[in-house]
Amino acid sequence: MSQEVIEVPITGKIISVEVKPGDEVKEGDTICILESMKMENPILAPADGTITEVGVTADQVVKPGETIAVIEYQ
Amino acid sequence: MFGLFETGFANFTWGNGVMLAIGCAFLYLGIAKKMEPLLLVPIGFGVILINLPLGGLMQTIVEGKVVEAYAIGGEPAGILARVFYYGLVWEFIPVFIFLGLGAMTDFGPVIANPKTLILGAGAQFGVYAAFFISLLLGFNIYEAASIGIIGGADGPTTIFLTNRLAPHLIGATAVAAYTYMAMVPIIQPPVIKALTTKEERAMYMKPQLRPVSRLEKILFPVIGAITIILIVPKSAPLIGMFMAGNILRECGVTDRLANTAATAFIDILTILLGLCVGAFMSAGTFLKPASLMVFGLGIAAFAASTFFGVILAKFMNLFLKEKINPMIGAAGVSAVPMAARVVQRMGQEANPRNFLLMHAMGPNVAGVIGTATAAGIFLGILG
Repeated sequence: MSQEVIEVPITGKIISVEVKPGDEVKEGDTICILESMKMENPILAPADGTITEVGVTADQVVKPGETIAVIEYQ
Repeated sequence: MFGLFETGFANFTWGNGVMLAIGCAFLYLGIAKKMEPLLLVPIGFGVILINLPLGGLMQTIVEGKVVEAYAIGGEPAGILARVFYYGLVWEFIPVFIFLGLGAMTDFGPVIANPKTLILGAGAQFGVYAAFFISLLLGFNIYEAASIGIIGGADGPTTIFLTNRLAPHLIGATAVAAYTYMAMVPIIQPPVIKALTTKEERAMYMKPQLRPVSRLEKILFPVIGAITIILIVPKSAPLIGMFMAGNILRECGVTDRLANTAATAFIDILTILLGLCVGAFMSAGTFLKPASLMVFGLGIAAFAASTFFGVILAKFMNLFLKEKINPMIGAAGVSAVPMAARVVQRMGQEANPRNFLLMHAMGPNVAGVIGTATAAGIFLGILG
């Protein structure tokens, strides 16, 4: 099985995390909400799969390139 | 003795009823739908207040007679008429709102990717398209310019230009500009979808832009102001204040001033502007064929700007080695950050890996510069 790392796209603050390790997600499901430039931006699952790792928590300030989650493809 | 004829009821017309409904609709859109509440709530309440007869808020004195609605050329007497006169006719409010906007704007995405400046300029073709359509429909050249600028989706610029060229249309153009800015998420997606395939909308762009240094951010407003104002001198009030606000933000030693400009200062001006724009919409002033046509043409202007932005982005792709998602051209209208958000949302819908926000913010803030410059060009030719 292949996996993909979902990275932080821009500097901001994590408002909420919607998944935990072991969760199955569909393409387009919300992984977390990132607040940046006074906007709340959902970070979406790039494909159907299982979340194997979550690298952020709510209220955490994040920078580009940091790991939000790792998804394993089905 | 106080009787029925001293109350507003005796003077209430069907037109006032229509305008009260419009005012309430603005409040509904702002409060319940959260569409540009900072603008639509004060505008909506201003509409309600001015359509309650005999309130006198916009009274002006014309040749010794008191007129209830604002009369251009008259002496302001009502409290909102005075704010309107000294704030809008004297251009204080729209120009200094630009100072606040400058203090809120991060030019980083434009500096990191200067190509987006072209997209900000390209969307202004919609302004000129609406200008020519208005001319064909019988508006004079000053009115047509004031209607065309609505396509830039910039409220203060629209007010500034209309006040100079066609002040009798200021209520209609201002309300059209602000209403359509609030309706960006409704107006833009169908235009974008009509011009792009799903594959184009799904086109991936790497989310990170290159880091921009502090020196670059300080130099941008200085060089930008000098260059643009030398080329288009009449853009000096808007571009000058925009860049002045921006250097307060970026220089690093005037944080107090930048914070005030970006918060309390612009908020006070926005409250006064919103109430005054609403108060200009009395039934007698607004319910006229010309005003309603302005409203109709405004949406055409806005759609045309979106159209030209996307088309220009597609055209640029013919020559670019690293292609851009053509949707970011739609953000070239200056409705910041609404247009960028539309592109971000549509980009994610087409491809969940996409994160176009920063790429769209470039043309978006460039659009502010583009619209203010377009206004300066109109003023240089017609003013």
